[in-house]
Amino acid sequence: MKKYKITKNVRDNILTYGIVILAYFIIQMMIHTGKISSLMQGLLVPLCIYVILAVSLNLTVGILGELSLGHAGFMCVGAFTSAFFSKCMEDVITFGFLRFALALLIGSLSAALVGFLIGMPVLRLKGDYLAIVTLAFGEIIKNVVNVLYIGKDSSGIHFSMKDSLSLGLMEDGEVIINGAQGITGTPKDSTFTIGIVLIILTLFIVLNLIHSRDGRAIMAIRDNIIAAESIGINITKYKLMAFSISAALAGVAGVLYSHNLNSLMATPKNFGYNMSIMILVFVVLGGIGNIRGSIIAAVVLTLLPELLRGLNNYRMLIYAIVLILMMLFNWSPKLVELRKRFSPRRLLNRTREVQ
Amino acid sequence: MSFISYLINGISLGSVYAIIALGYTMVYGIAKMLNFAHGDVIMVGGFTIFYAVSMQGLPPFVGVLLAVVLCTILGITIEYIAYRPLRQAASSLAVLITAIGVSYLLQNLALLIFGANTKAFTSVVTIPAIKLAKGQITISGETIVTIISCIVIMVGLSLFINKTKAGQAMLAVSEDKGAAQLMGINVNRTISLTFAIGSALAAIAGMLLCSAYPSLTPYTGSMPGIKAFVAAVFGGIGSIPGALIGGVVLGIIEILGKAYISSQMADAIVFLVLIIVLLVKPTGILGKKIQEKV
Amino acid sequence: MAALLEVNNLSISFGGLRAVDDFGISIKKGQLYGLIGPNGAGKTTVFNLLTGVYKPNEGIITLDGANITGLKTIEINKAGIARTFQNIRLFKDLTVLDNVKAGLHNHYSYSAVEGIFRMPRYFKMESAMNERAMELLKVFELDEEAGYLAANLPYGKQRKLEIARALATKPKILLLDEPAAGMNPNETIELMNTIRFVRDNFDMTILLIEHDMKLVSGICEELTVLNFGRILTQGPTSTVLSDPQVITAYLGE
Repeated sequence: MKKYKITKNVRDNILTYGIVILAYFIIQMMIHTGKISSLMQGLLVPLCIYVILAVSLNLTVGILGELSLGHAGFMCVGAFTSAFFSKCMEDVITFGFLRFALALLIGSLSAALVGFLIGMPVLRLKGDYLAIVTLAFGEIIKNVVNVLYIGKDSSGIHFSMKDSLSLGLMEDGEVIINGAQGITGTPKDSTFTIGIVLIILTLFIVLNLIHSRDGRAIMAIRDNIIAAESIGINITKYKLMAFSISAALAGVAGVLYSHNLNSLMATPKNFGYNMSIMILVFVVLGGIGNIRGSIIAAVVLTLLPELLRGLNNYRMLIYAIVLILMMLFNWSPKLVELRKRFSPRRLLNRTREVQ
Repeated sequence: MSFISYLINGISLGSVYAIIALGYTMVYGIAKMLNFAHGDVIMVGGFTIFYAVSMQGLPPFVGVLLAVVLCTILGITIEYIAYRPLRQAASSLAVLITAIGVSYLLQNLALLIFGANTKAFTSVVTIPAIKLAKGQITISGETIVTIISCIVIMVGLSLFINKTKAGQAMLAVSEDKGAAQLMGINVNRTISLTFAIGSALAAIAGMLLCSAYPSLTPYTGSMPGIKAFVAAVFGGIGSIPGALIGGVVLGIIEILGKAYISSQMADAIVFLVLIIVLLVKPTGILGKKIQEKV
Repeated sequence: MAALLEVNNLSISFGGLRAVDDFGISIKKGQLYGLIGPNGAGKTTVFNLLTGVYKPNEGIITLDGANITGLKTIEINKAGIARTFQNIRLFKDLTVLDNVKAGLHNHYSYSAVEGIFRMPRYFKMESAMNERAMELLKVFELDEEAGYLAANLPYGKQRKLEIARALATKPKILLLDEPAAGMNPNETIELMNTIRFVRDNFDMTILLIEHDMKLVSGICEELTVLNFGRILTQGPTSTVLSDPQVITAYLGE
């Protein structure tokens, strides 16, 4: 029994990693044989970003069991801190790989720090209250980034929240974060391969966490907070741990995002609550707590509007309808019952009974 | 003097938030769900009036009436098709995501019918502005109508809930759905009624919002919707006086924040105040405290 | 011998109502002690006070010589009190094995980093935890179901799993809140044997709330009877159960 359980987990995880690696090789082959349009090629890094975001949000929503609508805010923190670092260090560290690795570290650590600082006061709120507060924090982060001006010159780094002139830069100075214009000219270090490596890293962290002592404590809190407390599990510590790791991984997605674009701006579209909600849609549709489901849902739902591109104006409409229908189909108790009754396995069993 | 003008503008904007927040708070109180599409019903109301008045040349009051009727039907339909099947779903997230789907649906329908470019909304308010304090303070007709509408709606709704049978049924369903059913209350019909009222109010909010800020796009309802939800949570979700207090306080903070601190940071300030309130009082200003029994 | 759990003058009010008033108890190591009383007498409230779910308005709780009054629930668990709940509270979506391993949480420690990067300590601790958890499951005859989700266990086994999980935290005293609720007579007899087995083999002290008089008279050595938040009487089981006051409290005038 004990052996069976362990091998089942391992088998499950191998399947998840396997799907990612297989997809990578298939796409690489398609690129080399020219079977993939340049439009699709442009989508590969964003796909990786969405997968990382979905998996990391699932850690908060599915494993910790808390609703967060501010995930895009953590991505924003990771994107801006890492892009800032890369811009500053572009001439200092010329070895691209090392610079990106450091940017990754800085992006994820600062997102984790922000996650920790936000999580400390708000994680004692419950359900919808937590959801609205995380949404509020996400919006605040986006807003603050939009009025942030940071520049550097030979005397060091200057900071302002008014405009770029009030930075008082010297002649040799350069504005790095220019308020609503954001950061331009971040080195384009993100590639599809790096994206896949980061997906695997994310999976490694999340899956191994789930199947460890700390993951067990986090899921115990999710299932019954009063019982978890009664057996001596430190609620605050584990809520914060899950929330911060989730934020850090959103930061990783942010690093990938900012190093994929020439100009990085914080808009309602990329770092607003709409983005957070879209990631949540991936998580719920893929199955709450189901990591592999998050990956698949993120890929399918990102590709769906692109596949519907031929339908022009109707595509987002169809997307919305598909989303509603999928939710009804997956979650409506009546339909779930109906599906169970007519599932192939059940029908098979019934014919066997008749015989 | 300008402070008083800002304050009046704040109360006016807050009154709109309060009317929208009522829709959120009633639906949350009764169906225990976050109706993310509520903000988009406002937009539908706005577009209906725009279509009737600006495009078809109908009198404004006909346009408003049409918007109220259409939004009421829309609200009932959305609840019936998209939310009711998920009421007993295993996860409360399911209906949240469906509501998001409905929100996308309404936005993209509007996009398809009216296009993405901003429409100039002609105010339906014909009352002239009042000048006070020797002309130093001007109160626009829209502001007067908004504040009066808000007061009328609040009083009317309180009377409806406390004095009528249907209103009492709503209270009963929000306390305990199962017990209400056993007492012979038709839960489905009560929830439908709640959506109908909430959506009718959204149409009125759409009229007021677009008259005061006369630009209309398919995304017009989105941000006011979110802020009105913040107002509802702020005041204590499920509480009708809470929605009023939350809405007005939020409107005042937003306008004053824009005027005195930074126009770009106004939203951030609104959200920050919400966070602080919830940290001090985790269920909002007038919210009830619910403790799990061990 | 000094008492393991000593409670004096314990009181709490909820909005003017004194739910528990001047409660006192003294339980010796190894004792099987029963807390009984009609519905609403405040028995579960006493458990909630002992485990830090509620903070008492007055009174002192001493466990093994240490004052634990007013500590948080997790600190009280670490000090040595574990409990089960009247309405079963398992980790439903975890396996039976993981439920018990969650109980072992504070006794087999490794860091998150060691867990994520699968360092040697992870394997060492996990296998030790598996071994210990399986031992506990065997005691309650749950080892066959170790891989099941807790939610899929039948009712009686869920009650047992809750006891196993509480024992995993290595408590000095175990509080059982209506362990026989919802069980049939056969299951109750089996449960009585298990409780005795736990006391004897784990060297455990047990305080239990129960309505089933057969179970109470069958295994409890001493009883305290609560009525309207106050102690009606306490003492050896046979004396208490023949007390006319107790019979009146249960059956009414």
